[in-house]
Amino acid sequence: MTYMTAIFYFFAAILVFAGLRVITARNPVHAALYLVLAFFTAAGLWMLLEAEFLAITLVLVYVGAVMVLFLFVVMMLDINLDKLREGFWDYLPLAGFVSVLLVIEMALILGSRHFGLEVMGTPAPHPADYSNTKELGRLLYTDYVYAFELAAVILLVAIVAAIALTLRRRKDSKYIDPAEQVKVKRNDRLRIVKMPTTPKPGAGEEGA
Amino acid sequence: MESVGMDWTAIQTVVWTLIKIMLLVVPLMLGVAYLTYAERKIIGWMQVRIGPNRVGFQGLLQPIADAVKLLMKEIIIPAGANRGLFILGPILAIAPALAAWAVIPFTDTLVLANINAGLLYVMAITSMGVYGVIIAGWASNSKYAFLGAMRSAAQIVSYEIAMGFALVGVLMAAQSLNLVDIVQGQAGGAHQWYIWPLFPLFMVYLIAGVAETNRAPFDVAEGESEIVAGFHVEYSGMAFAVFFLAEYANMILVSALTTLMFLGGWLSPLPFLPDGIVWWLLKTGFVLFLFLWFRATFPRYRYDQIMRLGWKVFIPITIVWIVVVGAMMQTPYGRFFH
Repeated sequence: MTYMTAIFYFFAAILVFAGLRVITARNPVHAALYLVLAFFTAAGLWMLLEAEFLAITLVLVYVGAVMVLFLFVVMMLDINLDKLREGFWDYLPLAGFVSVLLVIEMALILGSRHFGLEVMGTPAPHPADYSNTKELGRLLYTDYVYAFELAAVILLVAIVAAIALTLRRRKDSKYIDPAEQVKVKRNDRLRIVKMPTTPKPGAGEEGA
Repeated sequence: MESVGMDWTAIQTVVWTLIKIMLLVVPLMLGVAYLTYAERKIIGWMQVRIGPNRVGFQGLLQPIADAVKLLMKEIIIPAGANRGLFILGPILAIAPALAAWAVIPFTDTLVLANINAGLLYVMAITSMGVYGVIIAGWASNSKYAFLGAMRSAAQIVSYEIAMGFALVGVLMAAQSLNLVDIVQGQAGGAHQWYIWPLFPLFMVYLIAGVAETNRAPFDVAEGESEIVAGFHVEYSGMAFAVFFLAEYANMILVSALTTLMFLGGWLSPLPFLPDGIVWWLLKTGFVLFLFLWFRATFPRYRYDQIMRLGWKVFIPITIVWIVVVGAMMQTPYGRFFH
């Protein structure tokens, strides 16, 4: 067993373990953290496949941003697991059917016919100055430019829709306009009143 | 027998790499220790005080005394805390802060790992630093710690976007993700540094860097006047010190990255002077001084102002400037950018 294979099995074992813990951990925060571990380990596996750009992007996007927001929400929820588990046996047949379908679909696509060793050999090790990022960028903006742009537009629509759905203007909330705050002059806020300084009869003598 | 020989070289590589890591981490930790000293002295002078001056000559042994004190203290784990995650929090805070240093070049040859995707690697690793804060805040099982963690999570995720876009401008100018190449793209004197063509991005990166490291005036995650000490309020002894180390290591990291990407790294500002690590140290020291200067000067931002600054000011600025850089690179003036 070479060094690379050993590393692969090490990462794969962690990945499978983390994946299992995601669905078996009783505490949802623990489950989310195991998912983080699973993503990170998957990134390590991709690194072994010489896909540095994808590996680092997986860490950057999923571990660094998506899972942070996920944890953010999960930590604030008060999840009662016993209540969630009530309908477990009722849903099991349907869930089992869906899982079997998923496995069959994945086997059809990822089976040895398309992804076997003779079809997809070990990636050739590249020289140190080979830039994975540059190659990927070139492919995205030449061969796959239409698909790429379409995906970008769909994402943009999704962003706009998500914001439009949650945007509400509250009438009772007091907005602050920093530009106006900066622009404000003394005369807008302060009024100096000239008052006569004549003392009231009977008062003013004691202070002297 | 051949495989044994292979193993032997592999072991040698591992040992040699470990030695190099130690050579990187030990000066870094010393830098962190004396950064705390510099901070206390400089802020002291800015506030017309003396600062630490009791331990050693001019207080120079103060950081050592602090470290020893924190090492001796008991690590208290609150009864309601989630034990495992409570311990994991500081570890997850310091690990990315140190791991990111693997790709930081000090000169064109003095670098632990000169990898092609260096900039991406730094971004990915530093984006994981927030887990230490969030986990610590949640595992403490305390309202103040949890509030600090929530604030920190929202803030770091917001400013990471602006920071990432600022880096996109740098990689467009340098046409490389390799940090050594980025610095070498700025060769030829101070007027060639990327700070000039990318000035808006430089400002955004510097300020977002302050926010990312949870430093004043963006230190709402700690906010001692509102939520006591935020996410690390329940930590004591060395566990607390590890958070401290992580914060200062991150400060030095952001300063080093600013130096590398905008201020020409180890290149000398005048073409006739020799390049060298001394310039790297001077520039990084200057950016670190800015961090301390900010802290002594500005009052803490209000939380909604932080969010507004990140989303409504910085992100539009970076997007506009990326378009400007992209358009300029198609014209004869593109040479200003690379």
